[in-house]
Amino acid sequence: MRKATSNVLHSVTQRHWPLKIRTAKYSTPPLSKDTYKIKRGNFASLTDKDINVFEGIVGKTRMLTDVSDVEAYNVDWLHSVRGSSQCVLKPKTTEEVSAILKHCNERRLAVCPQGGNTGLAGGSNPVFDEVVISTSLMNKIISFDSLSGVLTCQAGCVLEQLESYLLEQGFLMPLDLGAKGSCQIGGNVSTNAGGLRLVRYGSLHGTVLGIEAVLANGEVINCLNKMKKDNTGYHLKHLFIGSEGTLGLVTQVAIHCPVSPKSLNVAFLGLDSYEKVLEALKSSKKDLGEILSSCELMDRTSIQAVEENLKLRVPIKDCPFYMLIETSGSNSDHDEEKLSQFLENALEKNIIVDGIQASEPSRIKQLFEVRERMAEALLLDGFLYTYDVSLKPQDFYSIVPTTREHLKNVPGVMRVTGFGHFGDGNIHLNITSKEYSKEIMNNIEPFVYEWTSKFGGSVSAEHGIGLKKTGAVHFCKPPQAIQLMHQIKNVMDPNGIMNPYKVLPAINSA
Amino acid sequence: MARVLVGVKRVIDYAVKIRVKPDKSGVVTEGVKHSMNPFDEIAVEEAVKMKEKKLAAEVVAVSCGPSQAQETLRTALAMGADRAIHVEVSGAEYETLQPIHVSKILAKLAQDEKADIVILGKQAIDDDSNQTAQMVAGVLDWPQATYASKVEKKDGELHVTREIDGGLENIKVKLPAVLSADLRLNEPRYATLPNIMKAKKKPLKKVTAKDLGVDLAPRIQIISVEEPPVRQAGSIVGDVDTLVSKLKESGHV
Ligand SMILES: Cc1cc2nc3c(=O)[nH]c(=O)nc-3n(C[C@H](O)[C@H](O)[C@H](O)COP(=O)(O)OP(=O)(O)OC[C@H]3O[C@@H](n4cnc5c(N)ncnc54)[C@H](O)[C@@H]3O)c2cc1C
Repeated sequence: MRKATSNVLHSVTQRHWPLKIRTAKYSTPPLSKDTYKIKRGNFASLTDKDINVFEGIVGKTRMLTDVSDVEAYNVDWLHSVRGSSQCVLKPKTTEEVSAILKHCNERRLAVCPQGGNTGLAGGSNPVFDEVVISTSLMNKIISFDSLSGVLTCQAGCVLEQLESYLLEQGFLMPLDLGAKGSCQIGGNVSTNAGGLRLVRYGSLHGTVLGIEAVLANGEVINCLNKMKKDNTGYHLKHLFIGSEGTLGLVTQVAIHCPVSPKSLNVAFLGLDSYEKVLEALKSSKKDLGEILSSCELMDRTSIQAVEENLKLRVPIKDCPFYMLIETSGSNSDHDEEKLSQFLENALEKNIIVDGIQASEPSRIKQLFEVRERMAEALLLDGFLYTYDVSLKPQDFYSIVPTTREHLKNVPGVMRVTGFGHFGDGNIHLNITSKEYSKEIMNNIEPFVYEWTSKFGGSVSAEHGIGLKKTGAVHFCKPPQAIQLMHQIKNVMDPNGIMNPYKVLPAINSA
Repeated sequence: MARVLVGVKRVIDYAVKIRVKPDKSGVVTEGVKHSMNPFDEIAVEEAVKMKEKKLAAEVVAVSCGPSQAQETLRTALAMGADRAIHVEVSGAEYETLQPIHVSKILAKLAQDEKADIVILGKQAIDDDSNQTAQMVAGVLDWPQATYASKVEKKDGELHVTREIDGGLENIKVKLPAVLSADLRLNEPRYATLPNIMKAKKKPLKKVTAKDLGVDLAPRIQIISVEEPPVRQAGSIVGDVDTLVSKLKESGHV
């Protein structure tokens, strides 16, 4: 009965987690090759013979060639890029991946690795007719060691699936993001995803201990180390973390998982100026120190999108800024006391004007939902131009009013909003319009990149470069560094078949 | 103007996975997050709304339970109740506390506090009894309007819309009366930090069932608490023919 009641509560508060829904209102995006004026690389085209070889490897049931079946793999979550692949392969094992890549490399067929297809930089979709290798069926958990906390699994495990598996054992994934219901650990590793817990557990470069990957020629590189410390030679795993499928296909991951906190507390705060936000950041770092596990900022315009487009309720009064602070620790009395003290001080000193505190799982979920579904809410406006930059706390928010001012007279702009991982200096700048507009785009880029690099920020803090931002790499990396990237690419993938047109500027002419 | 008495129960949070104690004497409550019964939140919200609309002069929240019930009462105060009464019931007595006991306590308090309206949640999500409001009305011999999804005050009477099987029913009740809140009655507010601070200064009185003259002698004995049966794993069949033959085999068609 209890279950039935909570189901009712769920449906009434309109909670649809995980993120899997997609409304049909989006139009088909133009082909990426036209949007980004890309020339097809010197690759072979798929023949019936290739199809026969693939069928021999994965069988009929794990190969899609029907146009309507392949469609979903050609388009990204944002509905902003589109390719024209004719073939999707769904291997289950490393050996199958190896056989596929060996064939593709010999035949010079380009491939595009795809995980949960939630990437926001257009990296997970083909540009022309690349063969899509989907890791969706590589979803086996291989082992978990509850003494060391090391989880080993295949690349296609969905983040939320890993999360619930670990929860049963009293552990936690060291990363969490709004896309967890769909994104896969292989995709997370390949984009070096950051997310909501980075402020506490650090980046995947630290938590991923080992990786098994298949190179373009089919060779399996087993660097599946499970030790916390391993200094034997070059740290090759780091090449696969964040290289977005351009250096190899990640097949297995060993990741270090923290013990799940016994006590979890969340505060959702309202603040009336950015100066107050900075003060709140300072005192949260001071007062909450070692238990702080999330520190997110949202502006009023972002909150409005969630209220209007998803009908979610934001439980405190309207404010220009909102913060979501999470603490995790091992003693709830200790943590609650600390958090209460912090909040009382903040209220007394007028740093915050309103807020709520929650330790009940139901409430925590409701509060996080507001933050985690923000991108989805904005996308419901029609078209979303999203930028992911890191900036110093002092400069962090100014990019939003600056961009808003810059776009003031551009027709079609609906919202200019900012939210993001404040504790890590990573803001997501979002602009929405009813549909894609070239004029808006031309006004945003390279303006946003130039502004960011002027202030010493990064033009891609966590979403990667993918297809969309290859032209922006030079804002953050000197020519020598880009040159070295090309050389590494040439060694690992001499035919350039792995996710071409992505990450490196003009990768095929190098 | 009317005085409203609302009942609030502290229950295991609905997002927590319930575990049965190894000795099957009950469910594990230690170290488990609790919150206010969701239907009681709706009851508090309705009472506070009545006060805001100047239909009620005072809102008094009551909770029966161990000392932690005071946390739930503080939440009710932060939501807008004026004062709180904690009826302390703990240990073994709390384990066998039933709607019959609680309704007698609430009825006595309604009389002592000269309440005109008693609002309760339609049921608690832990034992799902759905009896307390009805029994309070019975003990007091007051009219009752259960499963309320809309309440309006007109000419000294309450016009209540009730959620019933197959539709809605509109009734009128004279005051004093007992209401039970259904899911769609309102959307309860959150207890915000400034209000939680203010709530710390609101009065919270402690009484015992004995003070109220209510006998808590158990009327039930818990023999065993069981987990719901585990769902059997399914299997995937290759094609429709195999499915049909499997269904035939197992006698389903
Ligand atoms: C609602 C929402 C919220 C998000 N929040 C965050 C956030 O907080 N932080 C953050 O960092 N990102 C965030 N993202 C971006 C995205 O979810 C992450 O980058 C995610 O890690 C991508 O995983 P995926 O499995 O969907 O990968 P995909 O989108 O399928 O692929 C991403 C890239 O990795 C490559 N790739 C995928 N799998 C493999 C593999 N096995 N081997 C080699 N290459 C591979 C693809 O070719 C592509 O270049 C969010 C996205 C959405 C939609």
